[in-house]
Amino acid sequence: MRAIAVSGLVKDFGPRTRALDHLDLDVEFGEVHGFLGPNGAGKTTTIRVLLGLLRADAGRVVLLGGDPWRNAVALHRRLAYVPGEVNLWPNLTGGEVIDLLGDLRGGLDPRRREELLERFQLDPTKKIRSYSKGNRQKVALVAAFSSDVELYLLDEPTSGLDPLMEAVFQDVVQDLRADGRSILLSSHILSEVEALCDRVTIIRAGRAAESGTFEDLRHLTRTSVVVDTVKPLQSVTGWSGVHDARVHGEHAEFSVDPGALNDVLEHLVDLQVRTMTTSPPTLEELFMRHYGDDGSEPANDRGAEVVAAR
Amino acid sequence: MSGFTGTTRLVRLALRRDRMILPAWILGMAGFLAATTAMFEDSYSAHPELLEPDTRIVVENPGMRVLGLVTGPSVGGYTLHRDALTLAVLAAMMSVLAVVRHTRQSEELGREEMLAAGVVGRYASLAAGVVVSLLANVVLAVMLGLAMVVAGQPAVGSLIGGASVALVGVAFTGVAAVTSQLASTTRGATGLGGAVLGVAFALAALGNMLGTVDSAALRVSSAWPAWLSPIGWGQQMRPFADNLWWPLGLAVAVMVSLCGVAVVLVDRRDVGRGMWPERRGAAHASPALLSPAGLVWRLQRGALLGWAVGLLGFGLVFGALSDRIQGLEGSATEWYATFGGEADLIGAYWASMMQIAGMAVAVYVVALMLRLRHDESEGTLEPVLAAAVSRLRWLAAYAVNALAGATLLILVYAAAMALTGGQALGGTASLLRDLIGAALVQLPAVAVLGAAVVTLVTVLPRWSVGLSWLLLVFSVFVGPMFGPSLGLPTWLLNLSPFTHVPNAPAVAISYEPLLGLVLACVLVGVLAVIALRRRNLLLPA
Repeated sequence: MRAIAVSGLVKDFGPRTRALDHLDLDVEFGEVHGFLGPNGAGKTTTIRVLLGLLRADAGRVVLLGGDPWRNAVALHRRLAYVPGEVNLWPNLTGGEVIDLLGDLRGGLDPRRREELLERFQLDPTKKIRSYSKGNRQKVALVAAFSSDVELYLLDEPTSGLDPLMEAVFQDVVQDLRADGRSILLSSHILSEVEALCDRVTIIRAGRAAESGTFEDLRHLTRTSVVVDTVKPLQSVTGWSGVHDARVHGEHAEFSVDPGALNDVLEHLVDLQVRTMTTSPPTLEELFMRHYGDDGSEPANDRGAEVVAAR
Repeated sequence: MSGFTGTTRLVRLALRRDRMILPAWILGMAGFLAATTAMFEDSYSAHPELLEPDTRIVVENPGMRVLGLVTGPSVGGYTLHRDALTLAVLAAMMSVLAVVRHTRQSEELGREEMLAAGVVGRYASLAAGVVVSLLANVVLAVMLGLAMVVAGQPAVGSLIGGASVALVGVAFTGVAAVTSQLASTTRGATGLGGAVLGVAFALAALGNMLGTVDSAALRVSSAWPAWLSPIGWGQQMRPFADNLWWPLGLAVAVMVSLCGVAVVLVDRRDVGRGMWPERRGAAHASPALLSPAGLVWRLQRGALLGWAVGLLGFGLVFGALSDRIQGLEGSATEWYATFGGEADLIGAYWASMMQIAGMAVAVYVVALMLRLRHDESEGTLEPVLAAAVSRLRWLAAYAVNALAGATLLILVYAAAMALTGGQALGGTASLLRDLIGAALVQLPAVAVLGAAVVTLVTVLPRWSVGLSWLLLVFSVFVGPMFGPSLGLPTWLLNLSPFTHVPNAPAVAISYEPLLGLVLACVLVGVLAVIALRRRNLLLPA
C-alpha cells in the first residue's frame, strides 16, 4: 500500500476547463515526495481532491488506503495540511488558531507545539491580521507539525519564509522523514526540493510529465556546452554522448550526456580550448524544460559559468 | 490640497468597480417604490373615500408611527409611510457599504497600500468613497422621484419623497467615513455603521410614537428624539404635504462635519490600522474555542452582543409605550384587528411588536448563516475541513449558534418588554409568561429562513448572498406586517413563513402552523445537507 495512489485522475471545472487530465501520482510510505509544476498546472487542485474538498470526475484516488471523498473525516485524523494561501480568522491569535486546528484534527502534542513555536520564532499572542504572510505561514506550519500524523500535505509551505526559517523548515521535515512520516511537498523552491525530496513528480497542464528520483530525472538532463577552440571542431558530432551539435569552424554549441562529460573534455583539451561556457545539469534546467509553455529546452545561459582560458 | 491628489482618478476607479452593484441597489429600490405606489394608487383610485380614514389609522396609532409619518391624506404620502423606513435603511446600507468598500475594505485587503504608494494623497481614497456614495444618493433621489411620478403622483412631492430617502444615505455617507477610520476591519466598520443606523431608527421611532396628533388626526408633530435622527429628518420633509427642502440641509451639514472628523482621524492613524492599537491575545485557545461550534460562537459573539443590546433597547421602549395603546379608540385600532382583534387591543399590540422582533431576529439569523458562504469564498473553510471535521458538523456548528442566538435575542426582547410593560400596566409576572410564549413561537419561522439560506449557500453558492436577502425582504413584505394592507392574495401571503406565526399573546397558540414550519425547516435543511455533501467547494485559488 502507498500513502497516496492516484491514477488517471480527471477534474473538470465546467465543460471547458480541465484542471487535471489523467494525472498519476504515487507517494510511498516514509518518503518525502516533491510535487512540482508551473503556476496553474493543477497542484492545489490535486491536493484539494486528496483532501476530499473537491470531487474527482474520473480516475482512482486512494489516500492512506481510503477514499478521500467518502472517508474524509476518518482520513483527516491521520494527516495534516498546510495550504499555500493561508486564510485564517483575522481576530484570533496565532496560538488560538494552532490549538483550534490541532484539536479539530484530533489533538496536538503541547510539548511539540512549544518547541516548534521556539524554533520558528513565532509569537502566539498576536492576532492573525497583524501577522505578515510569512508569519501566517508559520502558524499553519506549527499547527500541522504539532500533530502526530502519518501524512503531511504541504502546498508551497515556505513561499513566504525567510532563509533562516526555510532552514528550520527543512530541519523539521528531515526529522519527520527520519521518523518515517510521509510528506507530499508542493514547492517552487528547487534547493528545498533537492535537499528534502526522495522522489519528485512534475505536473504540467494537469498531467504528470515526469516522475522518479533525482537520479532518474537527472540522467535525462544534459550539460550544455558552448566552446571556442584554436583548432577546428568538426569532429564534435562524432563524439559519443554529444547531442544537438552546431559547429561553425572553431565555435561549437552542443549538449553532453552527464556520463560522457569527462571524455568530451579530454577531446576538447586536444583541440586547445580558448573559452568555454558550460551549463551544468541543474534541477532548474530540468524544471524549466517542463515549466516552459512549449516544453522546449531552457535557454542555455541560465546558471551558466564562464571559464576563460589564458 | 495635496492630500486629495488623485481623487478624480480614484473616483473613476470606484465607479468602474461599482458599475453593477450601485445601479442594482438604486434600480431595486426605485422598482420597489414604483410597484408599491402603483398598487396603492390602484386601490385608492377605486375607493378614494378610504384614503382619509386609512391615513387616520396610521397617524393615530403609535405602533404604526414606528414606520414613519404621514401628513394629510395623499396616496404618495401613504405609500411613503409604508416604504420610507425600508427605503431609508436600504439607502443607509448602500451608502455605508459603498464608503467602506473604497476605504476600510481597500486597506484591509492591502489594495490601499498599492494605491497610496502611487501619487495619491492621504485623503484621496476617503474622498473617492464619499464622492461615489454621494453621487449614488443623488441618482437615487431622482430615480425614486421618477418612480413615484411614473406611478401617477405629483412631481414636487415625488421628488421631495425621493430626497427624503436619499437624505438618510447622505448622512450615513458621513457616518461610514468616520466608522471606516475607527474600525480596523471591514466587518467592524460596517457593523458600527449598522449600530448607528439602529440608534437612528430607534430615535425616529421613539420621537414619532411620543409625538402629538392634531385635531383632524391627519398630522403628527414628532417629539424631540426624532430630531436627533437622519431618518427623522427625512420624515420631517413631509412629502406630498409641506414639501420642505430644508431638513436636507441638516443631513448635508452633518455629512460635511463627519467627513471633517474623518479627515482629522486619517491624519492621526497608520494606513491599515484603526484608531485603537492591536491588542495581544491569548497564547493558548480556551477549551470553549476548540470545536466548530465554539469557533463560530467566538466569531459572531460580538455581533450577537450588539443585536442583544439593540433588542433590549427596543423591548424596553415598546413595553413602556404599551399604556398609550390601551387608550386608543376608533379607526386607530383597526390595524390591530389582523393581529388578534379589537377585543384584546393590548394583546394585539404585543403580538405585532413580537412579530417585528421576530423579523429582526431573522435578519440576524440570515446574516449569520451567510457566513457559511463567507467561510467558503474567503478560504477559512479549507483548514477546518482539512482537519477531521465533516461538512455536516460545520453546518451544524452554524445551526446551533443561530438557534441559540435567535432564542437568546427574542427572549431578551420579551423580558425587556415585560419589564417596562409590566410597570406601565401592572402584572409583570403573567405578562412575562405570555410574552415568553409569544417570543418562542417566532422561532420556527426564523428557522425556516435560516434553513433556506443554507440551501441557497449549498445549491447556488455564487448567488446565495443576494438571493438570501431578497428572500428575507420578500418574506417580510408578503408577511403580516405589510401583506394584508397591500391587498395581496392569500396564496402569496402564505409563502411567507411569518404569515404562519400565531398571533400570541392576543390569540391562543395553535400548534399546527408551528409544526408545519418546523417540518418545512427540516425538509429544506435536509435538501441543503444532501446538496452540500455532493458538491465541490468553491475555494479561492
